[in-house]
Amino acid sequence: MALAQTKVTATQARLDAMSLPKIGWSSGARADAQTRVAAMGLPVRRDEYWKYTRPDELTSPNVKSAKASVQDNASIFGSLGCLSIVFEDGVFNAEKSDKLEGTDISLELLSEVNDLDIHWALSLYGALETKGQTPVDRPLAALNTAYAREGLLMHVKGTVAKPISLVYLQNSDNDDVMLHHVIKLDKGASATILESGPAGARCNIVMETEIEDGASLNHVRAQGRNHERRAATHLFARLNQESQFKSFTLTMNGALTRNEAFVEICGDDSVAHIAGASVGNGEFHHDDTVFIKHDALRGESRQVFKKVLRNGATGVFQGKILVKPGAQKTDGYQISQSLLLDDDSQFLAKPELEIYADDVVCSHGSTSGAIDEEAIFYLNTRGIPKLEATNLLTLAFLAEALSEVEDEDIAEVMERRLEDWLTRRL
Amino acid sequence: MLKIRNLKVSLEEEEKQILKGVDLTVEAGKVHAIMGPNGSGKSTLSYVLSGRDGYEVTDGSATLLDKDLLDMEPEERAASGLFLAFQYPVEIPGVGNMTFLRTAVNGQRKARGEEEMSAADFLKEVRAKAKILKIDADMLKRPVNVGFSGGEKKRNEILQMAMLEPKMCILDETDSGLDVDAMKLVAQGVNALRDEGRAFLVITHYQRLLDHIKPDVVHIMADGRIVKTGGPELALEVENNGYADILSEVM
Repeated sequence: MALAQTKVTATQARLDAMSLPKIGWSSGARADAQTRVAAMGLPVRRDEYWKYTRPDELTSPNVKSAKASVQDNASIFGSLGCLSIVFEDGVFNAEKSDKLEGTDISLELLSEVNDLDIHWALSLYGALETKGQTPVDRPLAALNTAYAREGLLMHVKGTVAKPISLVYLQNSDNDDVMLHHVIKLDKGASATILESGPAGARCNIVMETEIEDGASLNHVRAQGRNHERRAATHLFARLNQESQFKSFTLTMNGALTRNEAFVEICGDDSVAHIAGASVGNGEFHHDDTVFIKHDALRGESRQVFKKVLRNGATGVFQGKILVKPGAQKTDGYQISQSLLLDDDSQFLAKPELEIYADDVVCSHGSTSGAIDEEAIFYLNTRGIPKLEATNLLTLAFLAEALSEVEDEDIAEVMERRLEDWLTRRL
Repeated sequence: MLKIRNLKVSLEEEEKQILKGVDLTVEAGKVHAIMGPNGSGKSTLSYVLSGRDGYEVTDGSATLLDKDLLDMEPEERAASGLFLAFQYPVEIPGVGNMTFLRTAVNGQRKARGEEEMSAADFLKEVRAKAKILKIDADMLKRPVNVGFSGGEKKRNEILQMAMLEPKMCILDETDSGLDVDAMKLVAQGVNALRDEGRAFLVITHYQRLLDHIKPDVVHIMADGRIVKTGGPELALEVENNGYADILSEVM
């Protein structure tokens, strides 16, 4: 179907504002991606996949400014003994980063290897993104593949205990940041990758991860608290046999956030968990769009998303479980819930199951509700004031999502950050 | 301790008067029981005293240790020494019983300008008190009242009471839904808390709870008023003859 002329014009305007790196191992993938974007067109409100989230501010050539805040640049995972890799307004900062070295792991920067003729990431860069374009277009991810000049290329060859922490600082009020990470875990390898910070006034971050047989990747992300920032992120993961991928995202504030995940379980006996907790007040639009494809035996997937919304904040959840023919004994679970702290906030959910195998267990649920006044009164009569009681119940509501973070130290960091937010905002 | 004068209360939403002039004085160290038929206003009285929304006080007063209860938020009433053991304790998924107890104890201490209890002291005390009520470590860890049996919920109420050390305890049909053994256990917990500085108001339908928690004074409530006050023998009279005789006599 031919694209509408307005879409073609808007897409061209955006592409014209940027230039492709012309040389190096990724140039072919980039040119292909550029062609994909032109063919798909950047998203517009009328696209079904963008029904609940206005994409304009994510696609426009110009960036709406977002005042950088010192507070938002504060380190969160600092206490965990991570290997920190710092990007400031989308540019790698060597001084603030740790040395990119470790046992059983190779860490490189896209900006530093982009000019090479050949690189291990060639087989993955843009490849998982391309696969993720079916059955639904994800043009912003293709745009990122084409134009991103910075990112981490991480190859894990064994068990790496030290978490790798990507820190996204924002100092400029107007930067449009694009980062493209490629992560590969060899057979039996395991690692933890963390992301935190606002990155820029607007950011577009793609992470492609290939998880080989028996490998395991933990991903925990705390997105920037800058109220004005806008973000589009894509997580692509391919799971081979007996592998595991667990991802958790905490979002507090941000004018607009669209977090997409596309997970493909293509090896038997693999496990994928995608979870998120988000809390927003006022000008806050948060969209979790998740697609999990089961294409192997005995796969297990969980999607757990909880949102706390207040003062006209909006939460969106579009989650799908696709079970391909032959993906027997699949166990899929999906829950999305919102806690609406007033009448002005809204939660829009579109849970989907599409199942082509006959011996599977799939369940999904979606609810939105107000705070339990009975419980508040009960807590009050025990001497707990309203604000504290509300915070306690809000944390309790988020607990199921938070419990998806397996590492206790990281979970504690997340919980403290939430408590901090609740004390300040509610 | 607790002084209620001519308390008149209506439901906020429908102009229906429930309490039609309650007068009641409870002295420190005493146990008072309130009995009465369904719909007489017993539970409403406990809710109004603890500060639940949805009721409008149209007349009268209620003071705890000479402080105006009706002017305070529920949590202020609690910090001032009032405790209500709920007829139906509320389940709170996601909030651990221990976290709840500790937040409550320290919330009250903070409100009274006292030092907060340390984690170690708290743990020691809660374990000792839980043991008396046969509350095991698992019940302390689980979310508040979630999946608790009727008896466990009521024991949990008494544990809260023991930890918060209130001055005025109101027990709203604490015996409902309990078997004899559970009731004995709850009564034991209550009796252990009886002392000179503390008073109890036990709301119940049945004499049997009062076999275990011996009251000093028994009130009969009907149609929004205390209609008769007497000694423990009044409860026996109700048990033997029902409310009809007493009511026809006074009304």
